[in-house]
Amino acid sequence: MIDTEDAVATAELTPLRRLWEFIVRYQAVVVPLVALGLAFSIGALLIQLQGVNPSFAYQSLFRSALMTSDGLQRTLEKATPLILTGLAVSIALRVGLFNIGAQGQLIFGALGAAWVGYQWASLPAIFLIPAALAAGTLFGAMWASISGLLKAYRGVHEVISTIMLNSIAVGIIDWLVSYPLKEEGQILQRTPEIAEQAKLPMFSFVPAGFIVSVALALALAWLLNRTTLGFRFNTVGKNKHAARYAGIKLPGAIVGAMLFSGGLAGLGGAIETLGVVHRYENGFNAGLGFDGITIALLARGNPIATIPAALLVGVLRAGAASLQFDTGIQPEVVDLLLAITLLLVSIPLLAGVLFRDRAAKSEALTSGWGS
Amino acid sequence: MRYLSEHRKGLSMLAIVTIGFYAFYFISPIKASSMLESSWRFAIPLVLAAMVGVIGERSGVVNIGIEGQMLTSAFAGFFGAAFTGSLVIGVIAGVLTGILMGAFLAWTTVKWQLDQIIAGVVLNIVAAGVTSFYYKQGNTLPALMPKFKVPILSDIPLIGPVFFNRGIFALAALVLVFVVQYMLFSTRWGLRTRAIGEYPNAADTAGVDVIKMRLINVTLAGGLAGMAGAYLSMEAAGTFERGFTAGRGFLALAILIFGAWYPNRVMAAALFFGFASATAAQLQIDKVVEIPQQFINMLPFVMTLIVLSVAAGRVRPPAAAGTPFVKGSA
Repeated sequence: MIDTEDAVATAELTPLRRLWEFIVRYQAVVVPLVALGLAFSIGALLIQLQGVNPSFAYQSLFRSALMTSDGLQRTLEKATPLILTGLAVSIALRVGLFNIGAQGQLIFGALGAAWVGYQWASLPAIFLIPAALAAGTLFGAMWASISGLLKAYRGVHEVISTIMLNSIAVGIIDWLVSYPLKEEGQILQRTPEIAEQAKLPMFSFVPAGFIVSVALALALAWLLNRTTLGFRFNTVGKNKHAARYAGIKLPGAIVGAMLFSGGLAGLGGAIETLGVVHRYENGFNAGLGFDGITIALLARGNPIATIPAALLVGVLRAGAASLQFDTGIQPEVVDLLLAITLLLVSIPLLAGVLFRDRAAKSEALTSGWGS
Repeated sequence: MRYLSEHRKGLSMLAIVTIGFYAFYFISPIKASSMLESSWRFAIPLVLAAMVGVIGERSGVVNIGIEGQMLTSAFAGFFGAAFTGSLVIGVIAGVLTGILMGAFLAWTTVKWQLDQIIAGVVLNIVAAGVTSFYYKQGNTLPALMPKFKVPILSDIPLIGPVFFNRGIFALAALVLVFVVQYMLFSTRWGLRTRAIGEYPNAADTAGVDVIKMRLINVTLAGGLAGMAGAYLSMEAAGTFERGFTAGRGFLALAILIFGAWYPNRVMAAALFFGFASATAAQLQIDKVVEIPQQFINMLPFVMTLIVLSVAAGRVRPPAAAGTPFVKGSA
């Protein structure tokens, strides 16, 4: 934020001062970048302690994730569901809900899409793909709506209910792919493969799903910033009492936001099924929903910012395998890097140190038990 | 006498449950013992972990990071003991790690006013990352954790062997429930703690150092999470795997709400959860019902949801839990 007095004064400043003004003005971008730099430095130290040259390790990570068209494709494939789960968590945050359950919603979506994908194999692609994606979205939205309803009508905090629903989802789906939906004659717990025409196409190295999720991020930014529905969501998130006084129905907003959120996560799972895994198999979607939390917090609930945040996580995840192959470093180093970045971004401390009294005020994103 | 009349509801419930269980013991001693045993085994880490939440939230700090605190402590306890060959060092490492994690949460949320829920989530992510990154396969504890027999009490039929012939963490859990209950409601520290969790501005005006007290409470409560974690890896399982705590820290949060932020009710709630799990498992063993294993495993989670949807509206959390205290801003 820059006030007008400063803006007038800026014109007469030295270039260096002007650069500083520019940095202060865009601190929302600068702070995450500084945090990322610090996280990578700490990561370098940890890698060094494991007896590996950090610059070699980072080179191996980034080369494999970005420099080859195979790697780039893998990065985009990884980023696709992450954008969607990031959006899922973001939209809930706007309403003041912290949806930890994107993982459960995502695996339900993935299973729903897989089921439609092999069950209705006789349909042509033009019907089958939308049907499978719709099924995934619907499954995710339904699963999330349980948390929404419990929050709106029974006052159960969404953090608890979504965590419980994650575990329940894992149990139900494990049972489904072990018995009723299991591929016959298979030892592995998985569904049959989806029909050939249901698999999502690829444009050169860009997966179709990636384009869909970027488009959805833009659409969601428009929805939140330019429509009445978005205004309602934001109002509820900023001040419940004001929202109620203005005639916004809180239960409706809460359930609605959870439906949106779960739908996005479910769609992420559906795209992962149709684009990458091609069936539902236990363990193949691990962590996608939880990375969504990291991404949404890095992006501070901003839909557009989820795209670069998801790409960052995608690069790290895609490169982690070859990092392990080249250096023997555990791929979990990626989780450490992300956790440190997230910590530095979330704590108002870093912005305070960098910008002192000109640091932007950070708003609370979540609510305690009572409200 | 006054104590009896004030607590007649709780005490009569306790009496009914006890009589019921002894009747069960009279009919089928082996089954009753084994079910009580598995109920309490299920409840021990949850009681300790939920008490972290009780102390934190009574002081006004929501702690979603109990899971992460337990995970790192389980890790530190197990590997501390495995590498040094000393159980004592393992125990100390586990508890200290819990305190360290508590300090992390305390400083980020109380001192630097990081959003409490986010701080907890970050703590969980950091914990999962660190414990996976440094995980090494093929380690074992130098010895089994010793069991202690409490004289006289451990000779009581049924409850004696279950509650009073246990390892150090399990005995500590039992004792600490009553200690924390007493401290919260009958000491000056407890009154102040509840005050800073309900209405920090009033406490501040009355001369209580809200910030300092929250820092200390949340940090030391981490030690309980440390015990819960070290109990799991050292006493209960004797091993450590990635993601070892498996959501128990979150279950503890549900039990905390179900127990309405009272240590003694938290223990009752944890035992109830344990008993439900034990019942399902027993029905399975007896072949009374044919329930797939997956459904047995998710029973505690389903129960949590049902219980919370009934209980959440009726209990009231400490009013200031979740909001950072800034001096002079009321």
